[in-house]
Parts: sequence; structure tokens; C-alpha cells
Amino acid sequence: MSESMQTLEEHTSSDYKYGFTSDIDTEVFPKGLNEDVIRQISAKKEEPEWLLEWRLKAYRHWLTMEEPHWPNVKYEPIDYQDIIYYASPKKKPKYDSLDEVDPELLRTFEKLGIPLEEQKVLAGVAVDAVIDSVSVTTTYKEMLAEKGIIFCSFSEAVKEHPELVKKYLGSVVPQTDNFFAALNSAVFSDGSFVYIPKGVRCPIELSTYFRINTANTGQFERTLIVAEEGSYVSYLEGCTAPMRDENQLHAAVVELIALDDAYIKYSTVQNWYPGDEEGRGGIYNFVTKRGLCAGKRSRISWTQVETGSAITWKYPSCILKGDDSIGEFYSVAVTNNRQEADTGTKMIHIGKNTRSTIVSKGISAGRSHNSYRGLVKVGKRAENAHNFSQCDSLLMGDKCGAHTFPYLEVENNTAKVEHEATTSKIGEDQLFYLQQRGLKEEDAINMIVNGYCKEVFQELPMEFAAEAQKLLAISLEGSVG
Amino acid sequence: MLSIKNLHASVEGNEILKGINLEVNPGEVHAIMGPNGSGKSTLANVLAGREEYEVTEGSVIYKGEDLLEMDVDERAHAGVFLAFQYPVEIPGVSMATFLKEAINANRRARGQQELSPVEMLKFIRSKTKLLGMDEQMLKRSLNEGFSGGEKKRNEMLQMALLEPSLAILDETDSGLDIDALKVVADSVNALRSPDRSFIVVTHYQRLLNYIVPDFVHVLFNGRIVKSGGKELALQLEEKGYDWIKEENAVAG
Ligand SMILES: Nc1ncnc2c1ncn2[C@@H]1O[C@H](COP(=O)(O)OP(=O)(O)OP(=O)(O)O)[C@@H](O)[C@H]1O
Ligand SMILES: [Mg+2]
Repeated sequence: MSESMQTLEEHTSSDYKYGFTSDIDTEVFPKGLNEDVIRQISAKKEEPEWLLEWRLKAYRHWLTMEEPHWPNVKYEPIDYQDIIYYASPKKKPKYDSLDEVDPELLRTFEKLGIPLEEQKVLAGVAVDAVIDSVSVTTTYKEMLAEKGIIFCSFSEAVKEHPELVKKYLGSVVPQTDNFFAALNSAVFSDGSFVYIPKGVRCPIELSTYFRINTANTGQFERTLIVAEEGSYVSYLEGCTAPMRDENQLHAAVVELIALDDAYIKYSTVQNWYPGDEEGRGGIYNFVTKRGLCAGKRSRISWTQVETGSAITWKYPSCILKGDDSIGEFYSVAVTNNRQEADTGTKMIHIGKNTRSTIVSKGISAGRSHNSYRGLVKVGKRAENAHNFSQCDSLLMGDKCGAHTFPYLEVENNTAKVEHEATTSKIGEDQLFYLQQRGLKEEDAINMIVNGYCKEVFQELPMEFAAEAQKLLAISLEGSVG
Repeated sequence: MLSIKNLHASVEGNEILKGINLEVNPGEVHAIMGPNGSGKSTLANVLAGREEYEVTEGSVIYKGEDLLEMDVDERAHAGVFLAFQYPVEIPGVSMATFLKEAINANRRARGQQELSPVEMLKFIRSKTKLLGMDEQMLKRSLNEGFSGGEKKRNEMLQMALLEPSLAILDETDSGLDIDALKVVADSVNALRSPDRSFIVVTHYQRLLNYIVPDFVHVLFNGRIVKSGGKELALQLEEKGYDWIKEENAVAG
């Protein structure tokens, strides 16, 4: 299943999500944020009282907070009163034909091998394609339901499974956690909810493709995944096709909870619009992702390939509370032109014999800046905790920057913490070697870069890995020579 | 096949090649010997098209075309192969992937069909076997952690697979045990044909017992100062380079 199909699916099925009342379809709230706006969002979504209170608590706290400026990124100040906090996602196509679409975008679609009809949908051109994706989705839904797996939109979960949502929402990322998480908690529009019952191994990769009530990935998305004792799930988020959005600010929250012996594997390909070569118009992506290894021997694994956005601020983290639990973070972050990324992870060791692995591969090209920021914390009670971190930076050209900020807090002297870091330039001698064997310069670069990222790509589900490779090639096009 | 005339090349402003003249006809094997730092690898790299080396004067005609005008990969497609003195390691790129891409890139450029995965594997296997290489090596990263001898053997594998018209071997024999040396010689001899030429850079006469050259040249201080038949190599083995250096000092 191609990721472009996934996006197509998201577009074509967006009617379903906001279909609870038809008059909402075209509705857009006025700009700005206040308690009334939050009350209206909650009312539109027919939310229970407790959730409104939860949102309001987040909002009131947010008012007391300052936007963080410690990340190593620079951007124009955000005017939070100049943002629309609720808009129906069912937008009219902006164009009548592909001729009106940015040729740069079309070229990328072509390179990714996206069929013409799908290109139209992705670019926001009017199409009359009828795609019977609903039946596919229904088939999977039935198969999942048989096993007791819940996979639906967040709004649907609030209606159908309020007890689960109430129990776990905010249990990993409290609504007061940080500036952007608080903002998300106050105004989140929708997202995904996954629940895997005790002892169940989810038989398919859960990608948003199979989620029936889904919309265009929102500005303030909220995802919650709960894996009960001994269960397993692999979840795929994102899309390799370049994703455009009129909303510049994106602040998502993802919470994962793994109980005893549960394993959650969460993979992301992020390819939001990075802006033009001067960085104009790109998305600001401020994400809070955190997993709680609540149970003994539980395991949470984050794998991400980040190529998009003008600004990325993202630290998928693991709280290793259960004894013998495992946290993993595998990341490829690519920046080109004027992109800036400050990304990394936090591994918080609380339980005994907890283990964590961090593999971060930064690639900077153009005039971009790419920072790794990672915290490894070992608490007093965490006997025999073990962390291994490897942070590599690859520079392409001499106008870009790579920075590494590792933080280490160890309160237990049985801990074993290893950190390796390298910075290298793409080797002229490597390029020459491959070209001497007949490879074109571009192909030689791709081969070297893919080799460099191999440890991360091999953590991705097969299909995703192949697409991620293509994506990387496109992102780095023309960055050397 | 190859005609080098008055070739001058410099790196970072220092002139290293100071007027090389060399004619290589189809089917010939030329050995190039000479003291360390005399410019042998520089010549090899210039022929392969390494950008760091700036050609300041002279010409190189290869199969009737101006070699110096061609890009690195174009030269490869035209059949120029360089077995590196120090093959680089490329982490994360498996041997299998690399060989497959290289073979198909050349086939595409030459207007041939790409090999199917099955044909490819068969083809590669036939050569690894010939070179006495363990197939497990195909799963390893390109040259990463290979021993010195394994790296050289790998260069010969690539030569066998790419079937070049002009193969330049830069000290492929250095650091090899006697068995590996024979493997190198065998792979060259197996490819020898009336329309294929070799330039073999070496410090040791020993290799030339196995690969019998048509000509031996001595490169000294950026120039070819002496040329002869295979007996010149024996002479060098016996007397070293001092006499040539002296001759040259008198002459120059
Ligand atoms: N990239 C470079 N930068 C600076 N100097 C260089 C470079 N490449 C070669 N040289 C210099 O050019 C000269 C010739 O080097 P070259 O490697 O061609 O010698 P060689 O004949 O192959 O020696 P050896 O027998 O040791 O392999 C040496 O003085 C070397 O230091
Ligand atoms: Mg040399």
C-alpha cells in the first residue's frame, strides 16, 4: 500500500470525520483563542463535560506559560491570536487543473512515482475520481474488531470508548507539560486512538490508511495508543508525499502506554512542506511525543525519518518505569536549504534493569541547521540501567551546521551509559570510488547516505523503508557539487 | 587505446606530473614502477578523472576521444577501470547492492539490458568463486573491516565483473601474501585479450613474474625517465632506483 494512497484516502474520506452535522462542513471560526473558542470546539465535537474541563484547564495553564526559546532554531514570532483554531477540513480544491500547481511540487510527485490522479488530489486539484477505499477499510476494521482491537479517530473514541480515553488521556503528557502540549490539549481537533487488548498481537501495521474517520492530518493532532499486557502493535504515521498545509503552526501530541510485556513500535515519516529555498512558507512543527513503559518488560520503539518542515522541534521520549523495560529511538533527520531541526529524545530510566538505545543520524545540507538534543536520565531506583547512544552527523557542503547537545543525569552508580558521536563530511574519496565504478554523482550520494542511515531504515517496516530512501534522495537533490 | 602526451598535473598548486608521454596499444600490458612519491597514483587518478588533480597541460586520447573532457562515470562507462591503492570503506552499503548498482549502471550506459536479480546473482557468484572469495562477503558493507588483502581481492572482483577495456592497477599487489598475489595475477591474465590493455603500477618485480608486461616504465619526479622490456624490472629489483636518479640528475 503506497503512502500516497494513504494520503489520498485521508482526503477522500475526510467527509466522514466531520460528518456528524452537515452544517459544520463549511464552518470556520474567527481567528484568535479564548475560553469561548474552546467551549465551541468542544460543543461542535459533542464532547462530555469532563473533556471540556480538561481543555480549559490546559488553556488556563497555557496562558501562564512562555513559548520556549531554548531550541537551536530561529523563526519569526508566532502570533497566537492570528490563528484559526477550528476549521472544517473539507476545503474546496484550490485549483482547476494541474497546470496551476507549483511545478516543483509536481516534479517531486513524479519522482515518488505518484499516479496523475493522485497527484491532483494531493495538490488540491478538483477531481472526480471515485475510489472505493471504504470497503478496504471496512474489511480491516472487521478483522481488527474480531480481535478486540480499537482503531479509530480520536473524536470517535471519545464517543465510543470514553472510559478508556478518560483513563489514559494526559497520563503520559499532562496538559500542563509544556507550552505546545498545553496549547494542543486546549484546542486539539482530532487524531488517532488505538487500543490493543491483553495478549493480542495486532496482525497488520496500523497506518492511518486503515482509519476510516480520518481527515487531512490536522494542525493540532492528538494520538493515544494503549497496549495492554503482552500485546504488540506497529503503528505508522505520516506520508512520503510532500504535505502542504495552509496552517503554518503544527503542534501535535502523541501518548503511548505499554503495560507488562507489551511492545509498541511507532514509525514516522514526516514530510511537511519545508518552505522554498529561502525557507518562506514552511511549516513549524512543534511536537510532543512520549511513551510510558508502564509495565514490566514492556518496550517502546520510536523510529522517525524527518525530512520536512521549516522548523522541527521534536523529542520522542520514553519513560522506563517498569522493571526490565526497553526504550528505543532511531532517527534520521535531514535538513536542506534554510530548514532548522532541533530533535532528539529523552530516555528516563526509573525501573530496575531498564535499557535504552538511541541512534540518531543527522544530515545537513544547504544552509540548514540540524541539532541533536538528547537527555539520558537514570533515577535513584534504577539499578543496572543501561543506555547506549550513537549520534552521527553528516555534513553536505560547508554552509550548513550540525550540533549535538547530549545531557546526562545519573543518580544511580550501577548505571552504564555509553555515548558515541561522530561528525563527518560526505567523503570525496567515497564519491570518487563509486563514480569510478560507473555511478552517477547523484546515485553515488544516495548510496552513501542510505548506507549511513541503514541502522535506522532497517527499523522501519519494509515498504516504508523503500519510500523513505526515495524521499531522502529527493530531499538532498542538488546538495553536493 | 591510450595516448598520453606531455601531461602536466598539479594538486593544490604543486606540479606533480611534469610531462608524461605514454602510448598504450590494445592488448598491451604496461608496468609502471618508480620510487614513493614519484607520481604513479597521481597519474592513475588523473586518468580516472579525480577532480582534485588539475591538468595544466597536455592531452590524453582514449579510444580516439579526449579523455580529459569526460566525467568520472563516463570514463568508467567507456571502460576505464582503476583498482585503487587504498580502496575506501563505505559503511552501510552492502557489497551486493554496490556490485548490482555498478554493473547495471555500466550496462545502462552501454545500452545493454540490466541483469535480472537471478542473472546478477549467478554472474557475481561465478566471479567470487573464481577469486576464491567467501560469498558471505556479499552481505558485508563495502570494504568495511576488510583486511588489506581482502580489499585488493575485492578490487579484482570488480574488475572481473565490469570487464574494462583499460584497467589501471595501482599497487594491487602491495601487502598481499603469495596466494593472493597469484589470484591477482590470474584475474589479470584471465582478462587479457587483444582488445584490452593494462597499466600495472607496482614496486615489486615479483608480480611481473606472473603478469608478464610488454613494457616497463620508470616514473621519477613526475616524468617517465626510462622505458624498456620486462628485463628492466629485473634490473630495478637488483640495483634499486639510485642509478636512474643519478642518470637523470646528469641528464636533467
Ligand atoms: N591530494 C594531494 N594533496 C597533496 N599532495 C598530494 C596529493 N596527492 C598526491 N600528492 C603528492 O604528490 C606526490 C606524488 O604522489 P603519488 O601518490 O602520486 O605518488 P606514488 O608514486 O603513487 O607513491 P607511492 O609509491 O608511495 O604510492 C607526493 O609528493 C604526494 O605527497
Ligand atoms: Mg601510489
